Amino acid sequence: MGSRSAEGEQVPLTDEYDALISTTDVELLKRAWRNEKAAPEILRFESDLIIRVREQIELMEETVEEKSTVGTDPLSVSLYQMDLDRTLFLLRSYLRIRIQKIEKYMFHIRKTEELWNRLSKDEKFFTERCTDDLKKHLEESVLSTLPENYQSYERQSVISEEVDMVPEPRLDTFVLCRSKEYLTGIQLEDGPVDDRSKLFEMEPDVLYFICYKSIKPLVESGKIDLL
Amino acid sequence: MDPLCLISGDFGPFTPQIVTQVPLWLAIALKKRGKCSICPPQWMTVEKLTQVLEVERDSQEMSEHLPFHYVEISRLLFDHARDNIPDAYMVRSLIEDIRDVRFHKVETDLEGFNGRTIAVKIKNLSAMEVNIVRPFIGRALQAFYKHDSSELIPDPERAPDRRPQVAHNAPRRQLRR
Repeated sequence: MGSRSAEGEQVPLTDEYDALISTTDVELLKRAWRNEKAAPEILRFESDLIIRVREQIELMEETVEEKSTVGTDPLSVSLYQMDLDRTLFLLRSYLRIRIQKIEKYMFHIRKTEELWNRLSKDEKFFTERCTDDLKKHLEESVLSTLPENYQSYERQSVISEEVDMVPEPRLDTFVLCRSKEYLTGIQLEDGPVDDRSKLFEMEPDVLYFICYKSIKPLVESGKIDLL
Repeated sequence: MDPLCLISGDFGPFTPQIVTQVPLWLAIALKKRGKCSICPPQWMTVEKLTQVLEVERDSQEMSEHLPFHYVEISRLLFDHARDNIPDAYMVRSLIEDIRDVRFHKVETDLEGFNGRTIAVKIKNLSAMEVNIVRPFIGRALQAFYKHDSSELIPDPERAPDRRPQVAHNAPRRQLRR
């Protein structure tokens, strides 16, 4: 590698650059990751996005290997490697957050149709094995030694009317969100009873702290971003 | 240097003394290896920042001239590219002042919470401030929600424990401002 003087001057992000780069897969992954991190329940698995990102990562790994054997300058190789590491981190963190949520609420997810459909195939497999193992463990270690009426892992006792031993995600936590367009007609689910029927509106690009339950459908349709 | 075809996008080609646009992490990496010098962003000059500070001090609302991540960006640039920023000390002290003024505004806004707050709206908050207040606002709103929903029959003789109503943009009624 020859000696290099100051290569060039670089300007950090400006607005039009933002617009240009906002449609890359990495940006979409970043957005999905942020939403997943902020939401109290598990969101839909972005299978197309993840498949594309995985392909790109594999391609990039091959390129990096090829370049380092061919002998291109270590600078470019290290930059490629850095970009690869960043993308890998996003992917891994996204998957890890989802697994954390699954582990926390696994019985609930297993039983709720809507949440079950949000998992990927691997996650479904993982959840099934996890629930079976945990159930078996609870039964063998504790439940079998309790008196007759208290042996279910789901209910406190046979006379409980609902399934009360399963932890459920708290959908009424307050989250920070931002919408990209002007949204009206959001029904607020919580708050003082007389206000419940009032409709709420959101301006674009303004941050709001709001109950997650009220904006759940909008997050799913992608109109609102959580921060 | 050849153009870089990264997963995050394509950048380059890089020619000496020509200004190119890259993401911040790439710029910092190249700067660390001594390959480039960084042009500070337009909002990071002494004049612009003094202007922003004036605006912040005068109005109750947050200024919108600063990017969302201004604290983080300025910190990174100070750590790695101090020689590329003219009047670095002045710029740094201005940014600190702006941070203090903004945060003080946020704090006074937060004092205005009461039981009728169902959503909080604050314009032009920056990333650092958001993360500082996030746990507090979450728990405060949660506590209000919990206590409000169980108050089905309020006791008229009990004196309401309200905080003083300061002018703010938190309560629902003023959200359309």
